[in-house]
Amino acid sequence: MLRQASRLLSRSVTAASSKSVTARAFSTELPSTVDSTFVESWKKVAPNMDPPQTPSSFMKPRPSTASSIPTKLTVNFVLPYASELSGKEVDMVIIPATTGQMGVLPGHVPTIAELKPGIMSVHEGTDIKKYFVSSGFAFLHANSVADIIAVEAVPLENIDASQVQKGLADFTQKLASASTDLEKAEAQIGVEVHSAMNAALSG
Amino acid sequence: MASSAAVPFWRAAGMTYITYSNICANLVRKCLKEPYKAESMNREKVHFSLSKWADGKPQKPVLRSDAPEVF
Repeated sequence: MLRQASRLLSRSVTAASSKSVTARAFSTELPSTVDSTFVESWKKVAPNMDPPQTPSSFMKPRPSTASSIPTKLTVNFVLPYASELSGKEVDMVIIPATTGQMGVLPGHVPTIAELKPGIMSVHEGTDIKKYFVSSGFAFLHANSVADIIAVEAVPLENIDASQVQKGLADFTQKLASASTDLEKAEAQIGVEVHSAMNAALSG
Repeated sequence: MASSAAVPFWRAAGMTYITYSNICANLVRKCLKEPYKAESMNREKVHFSLSKWADGKPQKPVLRSDAPEVF
């Protein structure tokens, strides 16, 4: 059945190419990101069919990395409901990655970091702006652009310390009395988030 | 083939990342000071309709909505 498929396909491809160029409008826009070993082995197996396009041949080429490290980091900090910082040029950001507080300077190695609940600080000259981030991701690109996405991020002044203490006590108690795995996990998340907020408010 | 990567505790308990992230966000919202708290409760509203399928036909949909009634 598959043998017939290639015959049928090549029949339709050759019919299309015998028509005018308009039948294959995209072929003129092909960038030259073609994998030559793939193309050669394709031609050996199916010489009458054009090699298929891969998604990377339709993509615009990646922005080139500057040869010298830029002096400023461009930060895009977005939340689901607002764009907190958009293309802001700063000196450094410190993000609360799961592996610990990570300082990001211009020219940082490209990284994808998962964030844990904690403080994110944006340093611009002598100006430091702190946010408490609930969780999210940070994408650091080779061209010194940092995309930080979080679900909730609040300035520290907006957090109510008494509610944090109460929540911490609540969840510590729930953790001690939890029975199923899921309850334990939820209580543990509560303890982690509240202790992080506590540390943020007092640190 | 046992997985050698250490999974986070919530993943081991059967929770997905989205659930974890939403729980964290909810806890942070609950600890906000007053005007901010009311605004943020807005973000927790959901509106969806869920219908289970049986024998290729959708059963009665379950509507869960925090949106205010229009009429």
